[in-house]
Amino acid sequence: MTAQQTTANPTAQQPSPQPAAQPSRWRAFLNALLLPVLAIVTALVLSSVFIIISDTELLALWRDFLAAPGVALAASWEKLREAYRALFTGGIGDPKLIWEGLRTWIETGDSTLLINSLEALDRTLVYSTPYIFAGLAVALGFRCGLFNIGAEGQLFVGALASAYVGYSITGLPMIIHLPLALAAGAAAGGAWAAIAGVLKAYTGAHEVVTTIMLNYVAFRLSDFLLTGPMKRSGFNPVSPPVEESAWLPKLAPDPLRFHAGFFVALLAAYFVYWFLWKTTWGFEIRTVGANPDAARYAGMSIAKNYILAMALSGALAGLAGTNEVLGVNHFMAQAFSSGYGFDSIALALLGKSHPGGVVLASLLWGFLRAGATRMQSAADIPIDIVQIVQGMVIIFVAAPALVRMIWRIKALEEEGETIFTRGWGS
Amino acid sequence: MTPVLELRNITKRFPGVLANDHITLTLEEGEIHALLGENGAGKTTLMNILYGLYKPDEGEIYVRGKRVDIHTPSDAIDLGIGMVHQHFMLVPVMTVTENIMLGAESTRFGPFLDRREAAQRIRELSKRYGLEVDPDAYIKDLPVGVQQRVEILKLLYRKADILILDEPTAVLTPQEVEELFEVIRSLVDQGNSVIFISHKLKEVMTIADRITVLRRGRVVGTTKPAETNEEELAAMMVGRAVSLTVEKPPAKPGDVILSIEDLHVLDERGEPAVRGVSLEVRAGEIVGIAGVQGNGQTELVEAVTGLRPPLRGRIRIKGVDTTWANPRRFFEQGAAHVPEDRQRDGLVLSYPVRDNLVLNTYYREPFAIGFRVQENAIEQNALRLVQEFDIRTPSIYTPVANLSGGNQQKVIVAREFSRPIDLLVASQPTRGLDVGSIEYIHRRLVEKRDQGCAVLLVSSELDEIMALSDRIAVMYEGRIMDILPAEKATREQLGLLMAGIRPETTDDVEVA
Repeated sequence: MTAQQTTANPTAQQPSPQPAAQPSRWRAFLNALLLPVLAIVTALVLSSVFIIISDTELLALWRDFLAAPGVALAASWEKLREAYRALFTGGIGDPKLIWEGLRTWIETGDSTLLINSLEALDRTLVYSTPYIFAGLAVALGFRCGLFNIGAEGQLFVGALASAYVGYSITGLPMIIHLPLALAAGAAAGGAWAAIAGVLKAYTGAHEVVTTIMLNYVAFRLSDFLLTGPMKRSGFNPVSPPVEESAWLPKLAPDPLRFHAGFFVALLAAYFVYWFLWKTTWGFEIRTVGANPDAARYAGMSIAKNYILAMALSGALAGLAGTNEVLGVNHFMAQAFSSGYGFDSIALALLGKSHPGGVVLASLLWGFLRAGATRMQSAADIPIDIVQIVQGMVIIFVAAPALVRMIWRIKALEEEGETIFTRGWGS
Repeated sequence: MTPVLELRNITKRFPGVLANDHITLTLEEGEIHALLGENGAGKTTLMNILYGLYKPDEGEIYVRGKRVDIHTPSDAIDLGIGMVHQHFMLVPVMTVTENIMLGAESTRFGPFLDRREAAQRIRELSKRYGLEVDPDAYIKDLPVGVQQRVEILKLLYRKADILILDEPTAVLTPQEVEELFEVIRSLVDQGNSVIFISHKLKEVMTIADRITVLRRGRVVGTTKPAETNEEELAAMMVGRAVSLTVEKPPAKPGDVILSIEDLHVLDERGEPAVRGVSLEVRAGEIVGIAGVQGNGQTELVEAVTGLRPPLRGRIRIKGVDTTWANPRRFFEQGAAHVPEDRQRDGLVLSYPVRDNLVLNTYYREPFAIGFRVQENAIEQNALRLVQEFDIRTPSIYTPVANLSGGNQQKVIVAREFSRPIDLLVASQPTRGLDVGSIEYIHRRLVEKRDQGCAVLLVSSELDEIMALSDRIAVMYEGRIMDILPAEKATREQLGLLMAGIRPETTDDVEVA
């Protein structure tokens, strides 16, 4: 008898009667990438409209569109080309200059040109690093069905702790001091987030509410410490400088700022991947996130996993703050974070809560931020346009049906369904 | 005579599936026409086409000889076609009258609802068809059987005379089924026509005038109850001979494996759900718990399997006290649990088959060494079980959400039965499954029993309980009414016990 004849159940959707091999990883990867990429393209196209209307001269030309359509179109095209070119050179650099710099360096050993040409790329990578940490934090929470909105607060607490360890302990060798400061930042962020985890696990308090409230506590705590106990002598509310032995080593000559934090972030991304998919702890966390009822049935402790996931998420967010203190500023100031913790929610969404996706999304965010400055200075386009681009990317990522409709692509079967969080009531 | 309804060559394709393949079907006036088929045979698709929810790719529909196009449910209702869905579409916090009026409100003075007139019409209708309902009762206070009557009244209120009943007996007690059949007969006596969808052979044989069997989207044949028998119908449904009776040698009960003493359990809302249950299950026997859903069976199983802490009482597995054990300790006593709601509790739908097969053993060797997941062992395990338990899946990496209900259940059965176990708690193990899968799971259950496993079986399907159990305990309002040896129990006797009536006394048992 063949397999077909014995089929007791005709509903089984079997594309082939033979058990197929695992779908090729490459195809799965490309499929996962398709929608985010299209979302980004769509967002950039739509943002062009905003670039045009934000320019009063262009707008005037469009008013006379009927009289001289060519003029308006040509001018708009010129403007957009200029804008996106500025974005590109601001975020990655001018390929011609980089090539030039490389040649000079190889031929004459003079690296000045090369270093200058790499400044844009340097900015992108430096901006991306805290995004990676914070994005991983939110993604890990998502995987456990937790919506950690408190990454920003955890980032502050982590930064405070690492700054404290960084300046108060002196005379240690780097090999001890740096890991100690990093660990302090992670531990503080983790402990801060664990408060929300414990509240959720034992009282059912929704983590969205508790993490938001803990954010305020963290901000004011930081205000208090920086104007009081942790204030350095002088007028400004900033902490004393961190000992050089606790710095994340700089990996590029001045004026570049590229430092080891970027690699620590990549390491963290790999760790999150390994933890979630290669350990039983990760299996539990993902199961609780995907189906808490089944997790309970299978003998897992939901409370334990909520606390663990929250603590790890907080630790990663804490490292985002730590990275800024030990790698970039070398001291702690009140306004040291430009909302990395809040942007991280978008990054986890864009990265589909996968560590690899988060890294890519963070690089994009870093690129947009670095490019935005240049767009403003070179093309005279308000820096806020980039926020519109970012906002639209998120809208399109959150509404895949919209992107599919625009690009007329069919929903793929078995498309990587990602669990973000369950509804409010849960 | 022109048939009231005629479907000609209806074809509906879904990506990769031919759900309906040139189906032709006629419904005569005053006829009860049963549509029989396994889950996924295309019954529901066909009825959804008729009800305007899907558009057929090919084919024509004739109502009273006239060709019609049905695009929306309201088109169907205008043609007098009404459907009672398997899951009721009622608003629990509204009264019977309000629910029936919903969408067909009678008003006076403009927008003001005329409840009185509606209630009056409902009373007339319920008298005419013997559908007793209090128009002012709230839906949430009504038993399921009565809620179903409300659904039927809803159709009659909208003047439907072609009624489609989708698996209407799934939620009813045997007595309620009888009452429903009375109602259906009185409906057709007064000129209505009924399409009765079911996968239960007994019912179809009892109620139908004609039976059309569907398999894999095609009509296998149309017959009459007088001209066929259950075996033949089953064979038509499945496409091969099916044994309806479960073959099982006499039980050889051994030691007591599970013992429950005076167990009390509260339900979700804090109300007593299990009120003093004592029960023993021995190695090598199947103890079946019969009862209408919602009489404490769910809570009893949850307490035994560690999902719900009991209020008081004692549970022991092989002499070890597990009264307050968590699910993990329950499993580690050599026990297994096939949960009632397989999609909610038994599986993670987004996970591949591979991971679902180790859902509760992932932390043990060989699937993990220390905290490190051993993917090789997990994949070997999956390949072996897919083969051994005949799980139909494209691959072990396919999310179980993409599997049919029967194959999803096989994943759970494979996971739970492949461990060395002494106790098996199976709750509604065949709910919503097709005949083929039911047969398979029944065989596996008896096999486990014969290997010396103690089996506690909970099912609201009386046939299943009677076919499999060695002893039958009937639960009513959180208590065990009686425990009968299976060979002595009759349907009538069990039916009465399920309704809370002891046959000797015939008094309604309302013990405090």
